Amino acid sequence: MDLNDTPEQAQYRAQIRSWLEEHRAEAPILHGEGALTDPDEILAARRAWQRRLAEGGLAGAVWPKEYGGQGVGPIETVIISQEMRRARVPGILDVIGVGMLGPTIIAHGTEDQKLRHLGPMLHADEVWCQLFSEPGAGSDLAAVATRAEQQDDGSWKLNGQKVWTTNAQFAAFGLLLARTNPAVPKHKGMTMFIVPMDAPGITVRGLRQISGEAEFNEVFFDDVSIPADSVVGGVDNGWGVGLTTLMFERLTIGLGSEAFGYDGARFARALAADPAACADPHVRRELGEIAAELESIRWTGYRSISDLQGGQIPGPEFGLAKVTTVNNAVRAGDLIADVLGPDALDEDSEWAYMISFLPGLKSAGGTEEILRNTIGERVLGLPTEPRLDKGVAFSELRALEKEASAS
Amino acid sequence: MNLNLSDEQEFLRDAARDALSRQATVVAAREGLEDPAAVLDLWPLAIEAGWTGLLVSEEHGGAGLGAYEAILVAIEAGKVLAGAPLLGPLPASLLLDRGGAAVTADVAAGERRAAWLPARPPSSLEPAWTVDPRAGRARAAAPTAAVDGDTVTFTGTVSWVPDAGEADLLVVVGVTAEGAPVAGVVATDAAGVHVEPTWRYDATRRLAHVTLDGAVGERLALGDQDIAAAWYLTHALIAAESLGAVETALAASVAYAKDRFTFGRAIGSYQAVKHGIVEILRRQENTRSLLIYTGFAFSDVPEEFPYAASAARSVGGAALDYAAREQIAVHGGIGATWEHDAPLTFRRAQLSRRLVGGTDDATDRVAEELLAGRGPRRD
Repeated sequence: MDLNDTPEQAQYRAQIRSWLEEHRAEAPILHGEGALTDPDEILAARRAWQRRLAEGGLAGAVWPKEYGGQGVGPIETVIISQEMRRARVPGILDVIGVGMLGPTIIAHGTEDQKLRHLGPMLHADEVWCQLFSEPGAGSDLAAVATRAEQQDDGSWKLNGQKVWTTNAQFAAFGLLLARTNPAVPKHKGMTMFIVPMDAPGITVRGLRQISGEAEFNEVFFDDVSIPADSVVGGVDNGWGVGLTTLMFERLTIGLGSEAFGYDGARFARALAADPAACADPHVRRELGEIAAELESIRWTGYRSISDLQGGQIPGPEFGLAKVTTVNNAVRAGDLIADVLGPDALDEDSEWAYMISFLPGLKSAGGTEEILRNTIGERVLGLPTEPRLDKGVAFSELRALEKEASAS
Repeated sequence: MNLNLSDEQEFLRDAARDALSRQATVVAAREGLEDPAAVLDLWPLAIEAGWTGLLVSEEHGGAGLGAYEAILVAIEAGKVLAGAPLLGPLPASLLLDRGGAAVTADVAAGERRAAWLPARPPSSLEPAWTVDPRAGRARAAAPTAAVDGDTVTFTGTVSWVPDAGEADLLVVVGVTAEGAPVAGVVATDAAGVHVEPTWRYDATRRLAHVTLDGAVGERLALGDQDIAAAWYLTHALIAAESLGAVETALAASVAYAKDRFTFGRAIGSYQAVKHGIVEILRRQENTRSLLIYTGFAFSDVPEEFPYAASAARSVGGAALDYAAREQIAVHGGIGATWEHDAPLTFRRAQLSRRLVGGTDDATDRVAEELLAGRGPRRD
């Protein structure tokens, strides 16, 4: 058992650390004393910081060199995020673009698409958003109903609605999953598109969450026209392209779960100031259970890093780390607010934000139920549930569903 | 970062698995419930497999290995519900070795059997050294210790001690009149030593109540942290045995859920069943991660060992509780009968969570360490 870096990793870490020492003063302050408050200023500062990180080789490091990356492996990405956390500087602005959508375009896009889009994405000149989920297509993503119809001149016309779209309010482009052939079973009739967010007919509307903040958007498409060369990875091949994005999403979220800051020691500090809580066996037991489970996730993360280093992709069972993290953070929020009282729910309290954020996080990136299904089936080999939609044309599904709910 | 097992660790694990596979441990767990003579004495196996000297340094005739290697062995023992002599002997050998006892080499060689009388280090809610009581919620005071040069005289009672009934030597922790912990080694045939063998519910766990009435032994030169390490090592071993038993329960539950059909479907296709089984997996993997941490802390950051081992026992104990009940539920009625092994896992779970402080005490210790600012160091 060796938690240390190999000599090559140690050298890489030293290089990253010294770059951060030199440049950390340029990082925007987003929390605490001296923090920026104006949303436009924050956005501009974060763009500039991502550009600096890209120039320093700290953003998109796993991307191939020809597209502006460093061509390094996942371990080096982990080292970068560890060092950035250590230096207490913010991460990149466009995690979704650089972490998930860029790699998808690298894997499936045309050479022209790569040359046009990857550079500006990496440098935050153009921020991206992910246009996958819909009001009727969440866990069952292949149910997307947004239509893309090809016109006589080869261009495409888009109609429909997307939701949970982070960064859409300032994104320059989106990667869109749309229905192109409703006459075939649903996984087979979708296509991935690159969409300029300033195209006529696109409306972006903020979606306020429990906290009152709008971190997501709804995006509406009303006869939006996009050129023929917007297709990524071939017509009706959108599901395969989307799976690539989801794989990168799992890696991005999985390796970053520590970054949420849901950590037993932090929760204990909130309780330690209250002597009655410290002496209360029920509080202690709750804290002990929460902290022990969260501690296990730190080591599960190390296990996945160790796997990566050995050339193995961490298995889907690592998705359970999200279940453990979210459910224990929920318990911690309740425990802390029970001890601190209503002040914990003050709008300015860090706990109020956490408490408001978690119910949504439970469904983000796959609900707990879907994760348990996937892991039960893929890892344990348990049989799938019977399903209505197998082999049925997408266009006939709605009628079938209506029939089932009426019977 | 490399958390894979070394070749030596793999060899140790495979050898343990292989040796245990030649014993009918599960049969013994069942038959022992009715016939105490059916309980296997795995001491000869422990000697042959090198477990007796596993934690003893090479200079004292042992293998000089660490807690992680002991954990690997305990996982294998737990998988087959073996009544392996680990909880008493391993912490005893650790303290004998660190305390420089003359008898250590004999213990490492398995010529003499030693058992440790578990003593709980103080915490803010329980500020004295204590031992498990015979009954009730209140903890019992640790034996008193009167030191005279190299010898120490103990008086007191320790209940529910693993493996003490078969031991030749007892490693005792007592407290002086000033409240300081003192460790010593006492022969079970010494004057004033009374050992009453017993067991409850799980026939694989040999237990004993030990009474010391002016029993004189050799004092071990150990500091508080070393003495405390034995308590946490036992937590780690119980967690590891739990992980092994959970792995077996998971495999049995998955196999049955694929095989058993209701309403024309394999029951594993129902979300209620599937999600319950995945919950076993979640708890199992969390326990495994914490046992890696525990092994690492023992060797590399001993100040985090109490926290790590307590977290492992907390999560591992709850995992076994959950898995034992879920396995029965997945199997339906048959899981609650002696036709199946599930009741044996359940018996293991029921007793384990109440031994050596209990799972709850380990959970409380996790909170104790964090509230006192002694959590893990982070860069």
